[in-house]
Amino acid sequence: MPDLDTPTTVQTPSAAAVKPVPYRGGGFAPRPSRLVAPIFFVLLFSLWEAGSRFGWISPIVLPAPSEAFQAFMDLVNSGQLVLHLEASLMRLALGWVGGTVLGLAVGLAAGLFTLARGGIVPFVAAFFPIPKIALLPVFIIWFGIGEESKVATILFGTFFPTVIAVYGGVDNVDRGLIRMGQSFNLGWWSIVRKIILPGALPALLSGFRISASIAIILLVAAEMIGAEYGIGAYILLAGNLMAMDQLVAGVAILSLLGLSVSWLIGRAEKIFLRWRA
Amino acid sequence: MDLKLDGISHAYDATRVLNNIDFTIKAGQIICIIGPSGCGKSTLLRFIGGLERPTEGQVLQIGDPPAESLNPLTYIFQDFALLPWRTVRGNISLVLEDHGIRGTEADTIINDVLARTKLSDFGAALPKQLSGGMKQRVAIARALAVKPACLLMDEPLSALDSQTRELLMDDLVDLWLKEKYTACYVTHNLNEAVRLGHRVVVLSRRPGQVRDIVDIDIPLEDRLKHPALLQEKQDYLWNLMREEARAADLELLDA
Repeated sequence: MPDLDTPTTVQTPSAAAVKPVPYRGGGFAPRPSRLVAPIFFVLLFSLWEAGSRFGWISPIVLPAPSEAFQAFMDLVNSGQLVLHLEASLMRLALGWVGGTVLGLAVGLAAGLFTLARGGIVPFVAAFFPIPKIALLPVFIIWFGIGEESKVATILFGTFFPTVIAVYGGVDNVDRGLIRMGQSFNLGWWSIVRKIILPGALPALLSGFRISASIAIILLVAAEMIGAEYGIGAYILLAGNLMAMDQLVAGVAILSLLGLSVSWLIGRAEKIFLRWRA
Repeated sequence: MDLKLDGISHAYDATRVLNNIDFTIKAGQIICIIGPSGCGKSTLLRFIGGLERPTEGQVLQIGDPPAESLNPLTYIFQDFALLPWRTVRGNISLVLEDHGIRGTEADTIINDVLARTKLSDFGAALPKQLSGGMKQRVAIARALAVKPACLLMDEPLSALDSQTRELLMDDLVDLWLKEKYTACYVTHNLNEAVRLGHRVVVLSRRPGQVRDIVDIDIPLEDRLKHPALLQEKQDYLWNLMREEARAADLELLDA
């Protein structure tokens, strides 16, 4: 039996090179940074401004950011901005809320009842892919050139993605939780209200993100036909007058509108989905 | 209240899952059901609590559950089944709300069951903040809140690591010594079965049949003092199951 205590049995060649194990992990984990975005933004706008000032960018192609900002300030000062925003936000709110409420009801029915699902799912599959702008002329014939056709377009456009988000969300609620509810003799309505709806909320909120951006797209499209006020009408008019500074200002307002909506939904997710691991 | 399983057989489409199961769950006893994976033991438990219906046979209640029992047949699930958006208290209150128990009456019950499961300090926590063992204790507290006549436990410790499992097993024994609850305990872990079961029902592989019913006469509180006797029972159970488990392991799923 070899003597385990003698160090000579363990061969440690003194000549062997000693070095740390090479590191192979790391990467593939981008982190959010508060600093990069502002710097990048400032850099881009400075380049753009400089390009316009030095004449590298023709003002017919693209106005300087300062000119677009001036156009925006003119819009503010003349009081027109309030009128345009008021008209747009009204259409957006009516259309989106209407489409969302209807979508919630229909999507929930499709998520809960066999009969409703059989009727609704193929219907949604057939209508969802139609670009809703193509239906705008139909709505104008039905509802006239006024507000109704614009609201109807937005409503129709938000309805379908909401239905899909809701019934998909209901489908994805953990069946184990529903079975738990049944095993404790919870009523049907209790299970829907306390288990299914909160369980579908994450899918619902991401559905809201999609339906809100669709609503903004349709808003602008609808406002380009027969609207006096509205951001879409403002952009169309600017384009007709070749007023590039106003056009860029209008597009920037749309971007801000989209950012605000997504910020609001982000807040809602933070508040209502605190429980998510 | 006793429960009697009377000739339970079940088939999914053409596959026979359970074959003519008969046994009785006596009040105040813990019955363990063991068997190789896929033998239909969880399905059997769902029949006992009325969450599913067998194709043949029935589960009978013998005698009425105690009047104060809000939900006589109450499950404890392997994955805890806690609502992640409700706090610990909210999860327990969930099962009381539908019985019209709210406010101070609910608070009294919740405080009581939290104390019994040593969770009093965690009432306001969300499930995501709790460890697996704590989550299962919340599920046990929730089950106790409805004063069950029979607890139906579906592999309640299988999602936990072995140390937590050991602790929770002690808790279940302590709780039984205090309250003498009735339970039907499904597990694939023979050690849990011999530690907790007054009676162990051994199922064969699919289609599940009762291979044997083994009584373990050592009182629950003394079991850890007789490791040799316990080991003997466990070895006996393992010998019953060994070939079945091997064969079950080689079966194709859905074949």
